[in-house]
Amino acid sequence: MAQGQMAPGIVSGRLSSDELTSNFTDLHPPLAPHEAAVAADRCYFCYDAPCVAACPTEIDIPLFMRHIQAGQPEAAGETILAQNILGGMCARVCPTETLCEEACVREAAEGAPVEIGRLQRYATDSVMAGGAHPFDRAAPTGKTVAVIGAGPAGLACAHRLAMLGHDVVIHESKPKPGGLNEYGIAAYKSTNNFAQAEVDWLMQIGGITIETGSVLGETISLDGLSTNYDAVFLSIGLAGVNALRAGGIDKDGVRPAVEFISDVRQASDLAALPVGRNVVVIGGGMTAVDAAVKSKLLGAEHVTIAYRRGRDAMGASRYEQDLAASHGVKIMTNVQPVAVHGNGAAAEIELEYTSSEGGQLTGTGEVIRLPADQVLKAIGQTLEGAPEGLKLDGNKIAVTGAGRTSITGVWAGGDCAAGGEDLTVTAVAEGRDAAMDIHANLTA
Amino acid sequence: MADLKTNFLGIESPNPYWLASAPPTDKEYNVRRAFEAGWGGVVWKTLGSEGPPVVNVNGPRYGAIYGADRRLLGLNNIELITDRPLEVNLEEMARVKADYPDRALIASIMVPCEEEAWKAILPRVAETGADGIELNFGCPHGMSERGMGSAVGQVPEYIEMVTRWCKKYYDRPVIVKLTPNITDIRKPAEAAKNGGADAVSLINTINSITSVNLDTFSPEPSIDGKGSHGGYCGPAVKPIALSMVSEISRAQATHGLPISGIGGVTTWRDAAEFMALGCGTVQVCTAAMTYGFKIIDELTAGLSKWMDEKGYKDVSEIVGLAVPNVTDWQYLNLNYVAKAKIDQDQCIKCGRCYAACEDTSHQAISMSEDRVFEVMDDECVACNLCVDVCPVDGCISMEPMAAGEVDPRTGREVQPNYANWTTHPNNPMAKAAE
Ligand SMILES: Cc1cc2nc3c(=O)[nH]c(=O)nc-3n(C[C@H](O)[C@H](O)[C@H](O)COP(=O)(O)OP(=O)(O)OC[C@H]3O[C@@H](n4cnc5c(N)ncnc54)[C@H](O)[C@@H]3O)c2cc1C
Ligand code: SF4
Repeated sequence: MAQGQMAPGIVSGRLSSDELTSNFTDLHPPLAPHEAAVAADRCYFCYDAPCVAACPTEIDIPLFMRHIQAGQPEAAGETILAQNILGGMCARVCPTETLCEEACVREAAEGAPVEIGRLQRYATDSVMAGGAHPFDRAAPTGKTVAVIGAGPAGLACAHRLAMLGHDVVIHESKPKPGGLNEYGIAAYKSTNNFAQAEVDWLMQIGGITIETGSVLGETISLDGLSTNYDAVFLSIGLAGVNALRAGGIDKDGVRPAVEFISDVRQASDLAALPVGRNVVVIGGGMTAVDAAVKSKLLGAEHVTIAYRRGRDAMGASRYEQDLAASHGVKIMTNVQPVAVHGNGAAAEIELEYTSSEGGQLTGTGEVIRLPADQVLKAIGQTLEGAPEGLKLDGNKIAVTGAGRTSITGVWAGGDCAAGGEDLTVTAVAEGRDAAMDIHANLTA
Repeated sequence: MADLKTNFLGIESPNPYWLASAPPTDKEYNVRRAFEAGWGGVVWKTLGSEGPPVVNVNGPRYGAIYGADRRLLGLNNIELITDRPLEVNLEEMARVKADYPDRALIASIMVPCEEEAWKAILPRVAETGADGIELNFGCPHGMSERGMGSAVGQVPEYIEMVTRWCKKYYDRPVIVKLTPNITDIRKPAEAAKNGGADAVSLINTINSITSVNLDTFSPEPSIDGKGSHGGYCGPAVKPIALSMVSEISRAQATHGLPISGIGGVTTWRDAAEFMALGCGTVQVCTAAMTYGFKIIDELTAGLSKWMDEKGYKDVSEIVGLAVPNVTDWQYLNLNYVAKAKIDQDQCIKCGRCYAACEDTSHQAISMSEDRVFEVMDDECVACNLCVDVCPVDGCISMEPMAAGEVDPRTGREVQPNYANWTTHPNNPMAKAAE
């Protein structure tokens, strides 16, 4: 029974099952063949195309467009997957507006880029619909590599190594592989359990074993891994969340946004998932937007993103900001949390306006209180569980070249490694490149 | 609004747009609808001799070539002449002409290449009140195998002979429709003229196979696994038609012979181009078959608007305006030197000009690290390929060099005078300039 949007507190069933189902369908529905042909035809087949340089995995975009134009979406898909084995997920989650599509010359010409992301999805979906796996393994090398973490970086690394003939064991702490593809990415970007389907499809290459419940620092250690395997790749992401400094932060109803998002992704019945009537999300990145939009889609009446700096400084792209706004999320900028008020459970949040001069952020003293029965903290994730002895660069694992850490025989990539944006596509690129380097090392 | 009233061979029509002899003009029902929509005239679907009519295939008759978004660029057909009895067609023609006296109604005819056959049909056509006849010497399939259509159109002597019979047994204008499936279009046109034709119309369709099915290996359109070449028409054939029309317009033997232009007319602009090359009317088929009769509204309004802008009052003023500018290659001015110029403000940095020039032309465009593309005047031969491949209209232009400037490619000064190949020193046959 739907309780309705007006029910106070954090409750489930604000919307009917039908409303929820329609809310959580694909943000961008897949292209039909004719739509895809027309959309791909817009590609100019640029020389040394800028979109390719703008893609962290350097997919040969004009070539795959041409395959679509020529009526072979599967060939297009193979072109994509050869560079980016998670091309299917990237097609859904890449902030294309700041990557390939931003660089598209038609963006410059008419403000309407070729729809690279959607066409990439069309192409990779055609390959996956065929069921078969387009890549073969090279002759066995007899080497075995340990990959820690089954997120995009780990999966990309494992697949490339398996393809090159090595055996791979992926150690994953969570019950399911996929990393944030499974537990983080917005539900309306990855529908129909796509993350697991993609992992299953990827595993068809053979030679990869995934051991879930295998936790580095608990059930396994880097020393042990280094002894038992020919090389180690660390792709443990950012398992911790940054601490928020404000009063009353321990009240009920205050929690990390990533946990909330993970609950949404793992929910078997969205109607059973509780959400506040008045939700305030602290932060300004993609996670903040995802959490805010999801709250709205679950039926929260008022959802506000509170970000301490100006709009331009937000981690979420303009497109993502507009996405939030179009769902009725209010974005407040230049406000920072002072305290959460309420008797045991959150009821209000007190925000202070800020001004930044010369990069220095200071509170102006002016405060505002918003009703808030649920407060989601989306102020960034942080490295957690990195093995002792590894050199760090800031808060991440320091790497040189293609992911070489300070310890010989140990590589790292994805969110846990320094350098690059924290994006799925960057994680894939780093995993793949580390695999090539590991391969070069093992076969030298 | 410029008046589009047209007088072609004394046949009047409210505008120069006639529907070509084809499925759109196959019967009274269509033709009435076309006239209601505003078409200036029709050439009725080709009539055959008395007796059992021809039969068509019962599978697909058409095949197509598409551009982006399935825009139909070329259409191919294996349809024959009318498959309805002669009597029925004649009755319908008479009725329609009586109801639409201000529209042109032309009878297209294809009967065997025997004088008796023509002698028999012509008086019956005359009775309908049709304004003239068009001899179908163009159909490239089916009928040609029976010694008609393009089988006649490919032999100038037959054209002349049949035209002569027609002039003998029919007293209204005779238009000879020419096939493009021939090496030199001037020969059949001349033959038609010699036979007494009042005009020629061209082009009929071009022999074609639109595609091959890669599963069955049958040409398309496929009839039970086999295909046959058909007649190609639509926007794709327009350049071929324009060239053939221009040949007839400027040849000494046929200069001034009235022409009804056919071949891919899709918008008013195509019509204006055909007319500028010497056509008194244009015939439309594929565009109507693709979009329906309503396109006549754009065709007429567009032509009229353009004429207003240019100050033309009568369509006859446009006819032939471009003919004096069609010449042979050998007479082109070799002292004319142009260079490509890229407008950097309009450039979207796709690099297509660079790829085209670098891979396939003269290596005359440079590309910088930050994707600035510039023409190297010392390599540019002004081939125009960059202009043709640039996706931005007007971004690259060909700018002529002024006399007296030094062409950095050749190191020679641009000469003010006109000079062509006939007098060029590299030409072994050159005649000294007089
Ligand atoms: C809410 C949210 C939304 C996002 N939306 C987008 C988006 O739309 N587009 C985009 O491009 N990017 C997005 N990102 C970022 C993207 O998800 C990450 O950049 C990407 O997943 C990083 O991949 P990874 O393999 O490095 O790490 P992860 O995906 O985090 O995978 C790390 C894996 O390691 C496992 N692990 C961690 N510690 C251990 C351990 N000690 N032992 C064993 N296993 C361990 C984890 O369980 C996990 O499976 C989003 C991130 C979040 C949080
Ligand atoms: S992986 Fe992402 S950035 Fe690269 S081409 Fe595909 S959608 Fe664009």
